[in-house]
Amino acid sequence: MNPDWLPSGDLTLLKSRAQLLAAIRQFFSERGVLEVETPLLSQSIGTDPQLAFFTTDYLLYPRRQRLYLQTSPEFAMKRLLAAGSGSIYQICKAFRNGETGRLHNPEFTLLEWYRVGFDLFDLMDEVEELVKVVFSPYRSLTCTHRLSYQAVFMQHTGLDALRFSLADYSSYAEQTGLAEAITLCGTSHALWLDFIFSHCVQPKLNDNALYLVFGYPACQSSLARLNAQNPDITDRVEVFIDGVELGNGYYELTDAQEQDERFDREIAIRRLQDLPDVTKDVRLLKALESGLPDCAGIAIGLDRLLMRMTQSTSIDQVLAFPVVKA
Amino acid sequence: MATYSTNEFKSGLKVMLDNDPCAIIENEFVKPGKGQAFNRVKIRNLKTGRVIERTFKSGDSLESADVVDIEMQYLYNDGSFRHFMVPDTFEQYQADDKTVGDTANWLKDQDKCTVTLWNDSPLSVVPANFVELAITETDPGLRGDTSGGGGKPATLETGAVVRVPLFVQTGEIIKVDTRTGEYVSRVKE
Repeated sequence: MNPDWLPSGDLTLLKSRAQLLAAIRQFFSERGVLEVETPLLSQSIGTDPQLAFFTTDYLLYPRRQRLYLQTSPEFAMKRLLAAGSGSIYQICKAFRNGETGRLHNPEFTLLEWYRVGFDLFDLMDEVEELVKVVFSPYRSLTCTHRLSYQAVFMQHTGLDALRFSLADYSSYAEQTGLAEAITLCGTSHALWLDFIFSHCVQPKLNDNALYLVFGYPACQSSLARLNAQNPDITDRVEVFIDGVELGNGYYELTDAQEQDERFDREIAIRRLQDLPDVTKDVRLLKALESGLPDCAGIAIGLDRLLMRMTQSTSIDQVLAFPVVKA
Repeated sequence: MATYSTNEFKSGLKVMLDNDPCAIIENEFVKPGKGQAFNRVKIRNLKTGRVIERTFKSGDSLESADVVDIEMQYLYNDGSFRHFMVPDTFEQYQADDKTVGDTANWLKDQDKCTVTLWNDSPLSVVPANFVELAITETDPGLRGDTSGGGGKPATLETGAVVRVPLFVQTGEIIKVDTRTGEYVSRVKE
């Protein structure tokens, strides 16, 4: 066992991280995308029931105000976009409570960027270019697979991701030795998709290629807009290499009213599940009302990207000090 | 009864699953960026020894299993049960053949072993890593052979059969690695 004060990772990976950050900054600088900073501490937070947040007390004598450590810089960056910033990117820390494991540390580094005038496919082009640039000193990927969620799901499971059939999904789970999914997922289509995708599809996206999976089912839309042609799917993309999820992007929802309704739905779910209550970000809603330009945006976990570049098996290897040593 | 939540699952933790006591081997946190978090857990059934994988929703919990490993002395076999004693307290436990399993090959009276108790009754018995046992029967070796290349079978006082070098003779005591069932060396009296 190494002494506790020592970093968990290899010191050469500190250099790789510095090179990665420099390469990203050069990449966006060449494309005229502006680097910005937004607060890590915020008065409001996302409503996503799947994300647990950290809170802290701001002592403003004699008052005490609850502030949140951001789970992503999304809302603040969208306010900048609505204010007319043009295309922007940010490299920052994000915090998600309770997430720890081989691929998770509760404090991690995100690269998030928004491109005004881009649609989801323009954004995928740019992700592909960025990955190529930052990977080039380390390894070369054979190709890029752009697949719809429905296609990749069908390919690896034979199931239709867009049409939920409890009978088909259940018998698939039984055949693959995952019978616990039947009680665990019940009749929730979204839960079944999360389960099957993470257990049976994602691990297969591991043939030294970049995977861009788009067109997520509408029940997994999050902050993406629904597809204009097909309301069963949403304009959302996820990035995978070696079976590891690296990023999540959207053709952004610009409709303030739709956003407000999604907030309400998530707040209702939080109450049902006895999760900490949150209030919706009114400043974001006002920004959307005033008009968010048509844009596409994506967040990529840089620790995981660095893991895949350097083929590290654990996130601890690419962090100076993971939470247990922080 | 105490319960453990998925975030407390770690290697070695004893929990109840499907009414059987189990030990957690590995716990992998699986969480889509947007979506439900799961824990994919590799777990050993302590009754059958079988290893299975099972997924839980993060935050779910399992009851703890009252399982402890205690070092005991093996006393004797009464024909249907083998008897063990905790040296400090003289407390005695009995275990049937099914519970003792292949460990019977390595149990000699008075030897130390580890007995796993579940709700205070023996669940399994693990012998010491190395045991010393007398050879009750083996073919006479060829004259002049000292290296032991090839070897020959030898029956031990417990009934176990191990391969020994040709120079080892009936009546001698040998040291055996119980994890592999292999001869290690002769033991000088």
